[in-house]
Amino acid sequence: MKNCEYQQIDPRALSVSPSSAQQNHTEKKVQRSRRKWEVFPGKNKFFCDGRVILARHSGVLPLTLGLIVVTCGLFFAFDCPFLVEHLTVFIPVIGGVLFLFVVISLLRTSFTDPGILPRATPDEAADIEKQIDTSGSSTYRPPPRTKEILINQQVVKLKYCFTCKMFRPPRTSHCSLCDNCVERFDHHCPWVGNCVGKRNYRFFYSFIISLSFLTSFIFGCVVTHITLRSQEGKSLIQAVQESPASVVELVICFFSIWSVLGLSGFHTYLVASNLTTNEDIKGSWSSKRCTEESGNPYSYNNIITNCCVTLCGPMPPSLIDRRGFLSVVEATPAAAAAAASASEMELPPFPAKNEANMCTRSTKSVLERMVHSFDSRGLCPPGAPKTTPLGVEVSSMATPSAGCSCQPGVAPCPPFSRSSKRRDSLHSSNPAFRLASPSPSLSRTTLILGDAHDIGFIPLP
Amino acid sequence: MAETHSLQDLQQPAASSKVFVQRDYGSGTISKFQTKFPSELESRIDKQQFEETIQTLNNLYAEAEKLGGKSYLEGCLACLTAYTVFLCMETHYEKVLKKISRYIKDQNEKIYAPRGLLLTDPIERGLRVVEITIFEDRNIGSGR
Repeated sequence: MKNCEYQQIDPRALSVSPSSAQQNHTEKKVQRSRRKWEVFPGKNKFFCDGRVILARHSGVLPLTLGLIVVTCGLFFAFDCPFLVEHLTVFIPVIGGVLFLFVVISLLRTSFTDPGILPRATPDEAADIEKQIDTSGSSTYRPPPRTKEILINQQVVKLKYCFTCKMFRPPRTSHCSLCDNCVERFDHHCPWVGNCVGKRNYRFFYSFIISLSFLTSFIFGCVVTHITLRSQEGKSLIQAVQESPASVVELVICFFSIWSVLGLSGFHTYLVASNLTTNEDIKGSWSSKRCTEESGNPYSYNNIITNCCVTLCGPMPPSLIDRRGFLSVVEATPAAAAAAASASEMELPPFPAKNEANMCTRSTKSVLERMVHSFDSRGLCPPGAPKTTPLGVEVSSMATPSAGCSCQPGVAPCPPFSRSSKRRDSLHSSNPAFRLASPSPSLSRTTLILGDAHDIGFIPLP
Repeated sequence: MAETHSLQDLQQPAASSKVFVQRDYGSGTISKFQTKFPSELESRIDKQQFEETIQTLNNLYAEAEKLGGKSYLEGCLACLTAYTVFLCMETHYEKVLKKISRYIKDQNEKIYAPRGLLLTDPIERGLRVVEITIFEDRNIGSGR
């Protein structure tokens, strides 16, 4: 499993980080404050100091761009002169406008934040854990993490995202390629090198529509060109020999048209019924699955309204605040901790902005191991057994009566942050998380101890 | 208990806990927060005052996401200019978000800070929750 490499983060980093932090502290004092995109936990690449966002694996975006530029280049170079002479000057003008529209839409789709939801802060995650655990603490296994809500009198299930540590809003899905929850997730498009979600769906739609027009236009013009050439007393073969580039364009356009036109038609249907590709594929609202009278709860039951809402609705803001600055309190320790932890364990060659990702992944691996290895024992809810390695340090801070550092409802994150204050910074992609979790956790311990014995816990030796 | 309390004093100038007001998805995916009054705030603030704050926030978000002539015009204009117009113009949503920030700051100064509470702008939490930080008074007994 990919997460194995992050298991050793805690014990060794604990012992080393104090000294190395002291060494680095003075150097790092003069370090510039970092922007939030540098510690973004998802698998994304950022350019222009956070202005431009792209998926880590940009897929075949260069190929898409290359195909479009090459085809249009050939068109303008070889077909347009003939057509301008024989038909009208508007042909390259229309071609140029369409080309610009296609390229701009493509770049906007690729470089726009699709509607990424920032991950829950540790306090939020702890609060949610507490709510889940208080409702299902007596079950044998951790309760299936779903929550049912009513939307427009229809039952919708919200799933809990283990990576982002929150209940996903409706229509949100977690993209495994980008490792982010994306609002109104449509699909991850490799041609565009990004997810398609709430914020860039309109750009994507305008890209495929304009691309359909462009390919149809070029196809039509090239066919006209060859036809006109062959009408001037030459055979078709001769006409083609005179303009070989046209054949290349014909082939590209012919194969593109099928796929692009098909895709445009499909997405037009989706827009008109206010569906996402994700929902359509899963058949979430299909009449076969829903027995009683139900359908898409998000649809306005009017094609024009649905289209307007999806394509011309208000442009939601980016929720991840890429260019905001991390507060100085976190920036300095973050660098120190990053230096310490980077030297201590084998890291894949990720850039520095993945330290937060490491902590999130280690928490995730801990949670996953909870689920897998302790499902047969109705013991403390997730979080308790794993505090035992850290328990030595933890229990020295807690009162002696807190024999079990088991804190139902408090996720593994507080133990991490308690044992190493420098770890606090790694949790936050949010400057407001400045109030260290020790105090709430400790205060909660005193509250919860009374209930702990009901659940059953392993006392520390 | 006493040891815990003094440890808290050594580590933190002011102990605090957080309450999260979650989203209300009853009307779909629009930004709306639950107006249910959290029990932790019972001793700190009026139920009505709190509900009024949340309701005003909900109304402001509804204004930002309102579908109407103006937003459609903005959308169509953007589409025609291949969305380059957003590079120079601020969207209606962003303008309302600024209004919301000012409102929250105002509420904090006038109503919440005097009661030892702090509202965090939901946009800083990805519009997931309204985070309310409760500052414990050291002079009062153990933490809640």
